[in-house]
Amino acid sequence: MRNVERLCLAHFWVAFAAFLVASLLGAWQMWVRSPLGANIGTPTPGHYFMSVTAHGVSMAYVLTTFFIMGFGYFVAVTSLGRPLPGKVWAWIAFWMAIVGVVMVLIPIIMGQASVLFTFYPPLTASPWFYIGLVLVVVGSWVWCILMFVAMREWKRENPGQPVPLAMFATVANAVMWLWTTVGVAAELLFQVIPASLGIVQTIDAGLARTLFSWTLHAIVYFWLIPAYIALYTMIPRAAGGRLYSDTMGRLTFILFLVYSLPVGMHHLMMDPEHGNGWKFIQMLLTVFVSVPTLLTIFTIMASLEIAGRLRGGRGVFGWIAKLPWERPAVLATGLAFVMLGFGGFGGLINMGYGMNAMVHNTSWVTAHFHLIFGGSVVIMYFAIAYEIWPRLTGREHASPAPLRWQLWLWFIGMMVMTLPWHLLGLQGQWRRVANFNYADPIIAAWGPWVLVSFFGGLVLLASALLFVRNLAVLHRSPLPVAQRPLYALAVHPPHRVPAALNGFGLWNVLVLVLMLLAYGYPIAQFVIEPSPAAMVHRMH
Amino acid sequence: MTDRPPEIHEQRILGTELLWAVGVGVLVAATLSVVVFTALSRDINPPSNVERIDPKTLHLSGEFAEHNLGTTVGPDGRVTARMIATQFMFVPRCIAVPSGRAVTLRFASPDVIHGLLITRTNVNTMVVPGFVAQVHTEFTRDEDLLMPCHEYCGLGHSEMWATVQVMPDDRFKPGPDGRVSCAQR
Repeated sequence: MRNVERLCLAHFWVAFAAFLVASLLGAWQMWVRSPLGANIGTPTPGHYFMSVTAHGVSMAYVLTTFFIMGFGYFVAVTSLGRPLPGKVWAWIAFWMAIVGVVMVLIPIIMGQASVLFTFYPPLTASPWFYIGLVLVVVGSWVWCILMFVAMREWKRENPGQPVPLAMFATVANAVMWLWTTVGVAAELLFQVIPASLGIVQTIDAGLARTLFSWTLHAIVYFWLIPAYIALYTMIPRAAGGRLYSDTMGRLTFILFLVYSLPVGMHHLMMDPEHGNGWKFIQMLLTVFVSVPTLLTIFTIMASLEIAGRLRGGRGVFGWIAKLPWERPAVLATGLAFVMLGFGGFGGLINMGYGMNAMVHNTSWVTAHFHLIFGGSVVIMYFAIAYEIWPRLTGREHASPAPLRWQLWLWFIGMMVMTLPWHLLGLQGQWRRVANFNYADPIIAAWGPWVLVSFFGGLVLLASALLFVRNLAVLHRSPLPVAQRPLYALAVHPPHRVPAALNGFGLWNVLVLVLMLLAYGYPIAQFVIEPSPAAMVHRMH
Repeated sequence: MTDRPPEIHEQRILGTELLWAVGVGVLVAATLSVVVFTALSRDINPPSNVERIDPKTLHLSGEFAEHNLGTTVGPDGRVTARMIATQFMFVPRCIAVPSGRAVTLRFASPDVIHGLLITRTNVNTMVVPGFVAQVHTEFTRDEDLLMPCHEYCGLGHSEMWATVQVMPDDRFKPGPDGRVSCAQR
């Protein structure tokens, strides 16, 4: 570690502070919606949607962006073994993003930005809300540039050498993030902020939704890639094994870069502003997003098998029992895979061109992204935090037991919360409502399952509190950290790799071609034949 | 805990990976086949008619003027139900539809983005201002179905829902003007 400990810890603590607050709000929202919270009168829908906005913004924008930036700096320094270039810029980006978060949160608390984290116009919030978001994004762009510079300088010092996989993947994520933010940046700068400031009085809602969809799917992979970086580069080592294949890792991250972008219109399957052909093309491309995940499951399983066999595991499945499940990182991986299985299956239904009609905007969708992001991805954020916190603080946990408890609680809570949501979604329970009328017989029948999911939410809240406690106590632990390697070696460490697997020039061209194919006409149609604009509805 | 490198030949690793890649290919192809087959054979398509309408004037004249809202049976026997989705209600609040017959549902929004689903059916669409949302369907059970707004449209969003009254075909009798209203129950 070369003096980036404070930088990383600052990012992580902002991320996890937002996470804790958002967990509290989430549990409260579930109570309000349940039969227990019905008919109380207070809180009002105004409070509820304020809370949902804060929950979504904190989890989806603050937790993720700050965690990913902090983790990127950590990876750049530890995997490349050289100081972070432009550390001053990293701090400037950090403070810029902090100012952005404050600018976002104040209007939310004042009730002037209850537009939820997807802020679909014509509803518009206070301009401060959007300008704050822009500042967070600009901070993350600085991070992207620092990641490129770190990789380029390392390449110059190590000509012809393969970039370490952890850094290669981090830069893949930075490249993807720049592409990803183009959609929402265009929506904010050209449509939403002028509307919010009162410069224009009408807005093309269909175009805004289309531009947001450009960002909406790839952003999920921006959140997910750190989890996959840990799976490829840290988990095989934590389990005592080797990475099965370094090349497969590179291929996976390249596939994420290529296929997470031209697929966002699968969020618009039920929208009237796009034709079936374009929906169909993006549905086809969406199927291929499952490929990198399927490759990952194979490679990580094979890597864990190596660890299990080195520890004396025999037979087809005997190695599974021999894995060191008592280590939090290994346990988190197992639990993440179970949640990924359920969530991935649900995702295939969402993607289905016809089946989407059964589940669009129902609790099924809420369940899907809570299970994949809140479940699989966030539990790997926990695992990463537990792996690297000792290196950042120089201290060791007295016992891994509270860490394991926390991971189990998160898993159980997430399953108990989201499985009933899937069921309710299939029965037609819709999303984003402050309260249900349990006097209606259809809705009354849902009541018991809503209560079960609320219980899951309480377990999640307990886990969130325990997580923050586990990290906080480490800062005071008397045990000095034992030095051990962090990154896994591959079974056959790469000596030379083709240029295509060591950089992103070629892949950027492919992304451009696919984006033109998938989004060219769907966006151009709003210019060719502008749709009648709607009046801006200001919520501030 | 030893850290001896496991002895797996590179060719063997590549072989297993290729085998898995074939498996992934089969899975992707199977998923796509199911989706494409059901879309074609059962004519299941998302609501995507891309039909523009001005949200600022749609209530003044034409198809979505007040007297045209609700359920109409055309001279050719086609059943069409029109509704406006607005903050925070559907107009009209109840539509009557026959069971076992093709029905076309048409929606438009004069203000913000709404969406709707009808419980116990696969009717689902977004209602984006600037466009007419159209769904073709056939109701199979005679009952009152709940039709909530499923996209956040403002603080009153939770109170926005309508009723779809599915009637047996013999009770679904249009008046002389070809219109059918919900029965009082």
